[in-house]
Amino acid sequence: MTGSQEKSRRTFLAATVAGFGAVALAPGLHLIALSHAGAPRAAGEPASSKVRWGMLIDTTKCASGCDACVKACNTENGINETVADARQGSQWIRKIDLKDQKTGRTHSLPMLCQHCEHPPCVDVCPTGASMKRADGIVLVDRHICIGCRYCMMACPFKARSLVHQPLTEQNPEVPRGVGCVESCTFCVHRVDKGQQPACVEACPEGAMVFGDLNDPKSAISLRLAQEASTQVRADLKLNQGVRYQGI
Amino acid sequence: MAFAQNPRAEERMFYLLVALGGLVTAAGLGAALYMEHAGHVVTGMNNQIVWGLPHVFAIFLIVAASGVLNVASIGSVFGKAVYKPRAPLSGLLALTMLAGGLAVIMLDLGRADRLIVAMTHFNPTSVFGWNVILYPGFFAIVGLYLWTLMDRAMNPYAKPAGIAAFLWRLILTTGTGSIFGFLVARQAYQSAVIAPMFIILSFCWGLAVFLIVQKVMYAWNGLELDMRIRNRLKNLLGVFVAAAAYFVAVYHLTNLYFAKEMAFERFILLEGGLFPFLFWGGYVFLGTLLPLILLYVPAISRVRGSAFLASLLVILGAFAFLYVFIIGGQVFPLDLFPGYEVTSSFMDGKIDSYAPRWPEILLAVSGLGMTFLFVTIGVRIFKFLPQDDLAKLEGSGALHD
Amino acid sequence: MTARLCVLLAALMGTVLAPTSVGAGAPKPNIRIENPGQCIAPAEEMRRNHMEMLKHTRDRTLRLGIRGEKASLNGCIECHASKTTGSVLGPGGFCQECHAYAAVKLDCWDCHQPKASLKTTGMAGVKP
Repeated sequence: MTGSQEKSRRTFLAATVAGFGAVALAPGLHLIALSHAGAPRAAGEPASSKVRWGMLIDTTKCASGCDACVKACNTENGINETVADARQGSQWIRKIDLKDQKTGRTHSLPMLCQHCEHPPCVDVCPTGASMKRADGIVLVDRHICIGCRYCMMACPFKARSLVHQPLTEQNPEVPRGVGCVESCTFCVHRVDKGQQPACVEACPEGAMVFGDLNDPKSAISLRLAQEASTQVRADLKLNQGVRYQGI
Repeated sequence: MAFAQNPRAEERMFYLLVALGGLVTAAGLGAALYMEHAGHVVTGMNNQIVWGLPHVFAIFLIVAASGVLNVASIGSVFGKAVYKPRAPLSGLLALTMLAGGLAVIMLDLGRADRLIVAMTHFNPTSVFGWNVILYPGFFAIVGLYLWTLMDRAMNPYAKPAGIAAFLWRLILTTGTGSIFGFLVARQAYQSAVIAPMFIILSFCWGLAVFLIVQKVMYAWNGLELDMRIRNRLKNLLGVFVAAAAYFVAVYHLTNLYFAKEMAFERFILLEGGLFPFLFWGGYVFLGTLLPLILLYVPAISRVRGSAFLASLLVILGAFAFLYVFIIGGQVFPLDLFPGYEVTSSFMDGKIDSYAPRWPEILLAVSGLGMTFLFVTIGVRIFKFLPQDDLAKLEGSGALHD
Repeated sequence: MTARLCVLLAALMGTVLAPTSVGAGAPKPNIRIENPGQCIAPAEEMRRNHMEMLKHTRDRTLRLGIRGEKASLNGCIECHASKTTGSVLGPGGFCQECHAYAAVKLDCWDCHQPKASLKTTGMAGVKP
């Protein structure tokens, strides 16, 4: 066997091994890619406008009566205060059941902050406390929120809540307090660590996909490229980050 | 109740009124402190009824504050002699009502302790943000205007100051109306007609407040307003009441024309229980039709007190209108999924109800208390009583044109 | 006359000296360092500038999304929370003790969690 033959044989072997390896590992890699929204951002690095976080909710998989996402959200974000009047409690995410008035067809879906590209809450906020981060996550800067509730009047999705009472049992990573308005943060403290929002992780049906809308190879972008999806109140042209499938 | 002959009784009455205004104000401040301490959980407001009774009262005061300045503007800007002696009182009422209304809005904030944040952080796209500039500007301009009116040396500047105040006030009420007009999310608001509607409503409510205060001040001093002047003012009120009704009608008709808003209009105008009752009975009948009858039917409008009663009814109607507009607009569910029956844990698809509780009631009413207190002290200290030189008015023909 | 002068002089001296004597007699805040060692900056600088550090960090973290800053409120709590109460508040609590002494109101705790013991609740899914 000549040297060159030996070399080509080795190359072939290596390629074969690599090929088999890739086939064997691919599902695993795929899973990893799915379970991580992205790499954790390095310390000192700001959120980038190259990323636009979004969520796709498959209403055909979402079961009526299931509130795993709501429970996970409450646990993760320390929404544990008791309120006599449910309307005075915070609802970062809520389940809505729909029934078509004509056909009787039913759907169930979670409603949360839609993380609009053009958020009305940010437009109307007098102090600039209501804000959109570079990566599209809409947040309330509680340091300068005065509790005027104008954003709650402006939000078409009723996604915002005022904290109606003093709190003591907050999650250290999710500060929230009396007199300030709050809403779903897409679990920004988790996303920045490269994790998924708590609701997405908790959904037993895998009905929620979270990821970067700007990355054509992300799981969410691939799904959106294949399936029909809608935005709630698309007539307002707010270009929400949260999309729904099946309604 | 003329006190002209009995200064001691007058003084006693003055302190009684100050105590009354002070008490109502103090109760409101106490309620605000309690709300600040315990959170909004002690009120009837919630995440569905976001703005409640304090906003109804505050918006009445702010809107009427701008409108009451109209009396001064007609004198200074449009040169009507009859209105000139009324300009200082009109300015005082504008300042005090705005102060009362703003105090209520500020004290109702979730973080009322952060007033300084509201002043130092400014978002140019927010209509509320504009108002943070418009309101102090109004205080400054009307303050200057009052100075030009009341200091003889400054009199020559009254006209430019009056024009500035007039323009500023139109922008201010446009701003107040646009707080609602720019809310795309809700069926009740999001309409360009709201800003002009608020301007006309402000003319109407402001003049009604002015006529009431003027009547009380004249009675206090044992005076009667000259019938010819009174007739001009009451005719103007009639025009404003009718014009306001026109705008309100257009606002509802536009909504009725859009199929997607039919359900909301049916609720507000027909089926919504308290709200249609307040709209038709409070705003339309008591606040519009009855005042028009009182002001325009000759046999009735000649009777002393008819214009005063009409003014009171206009204000009653104003509160009914604002309650329907602000609260009614929020109890009706947002239409997120047209064509679907919707249910959820948070009032989706359901009509909510609002029951104000005592802290917010006290806070709301204290806005009126504060205004009352400031006006009572103001008219005691300075000369705000409109005094007409009838002979001169007669001579210039100002009472006949 | 001399007597009067003496009284006047005494009164004047009293006025001048009063603040010093009061300052010396007042109780000092009872601050306990739970984990002696190196803070992120010398104590003198921390005492003077911690509020500025935290304010800048808070804006960068929240508004720009910068994580892992040197100064962080949770970092303060982690290290300075009392070993007995687990909190930086309460009598003897690191933050409250000094702020009560300096009469500076704190509203961090309206929203932020003052207890270090709750630090793990938000870490679901994170491998140590």
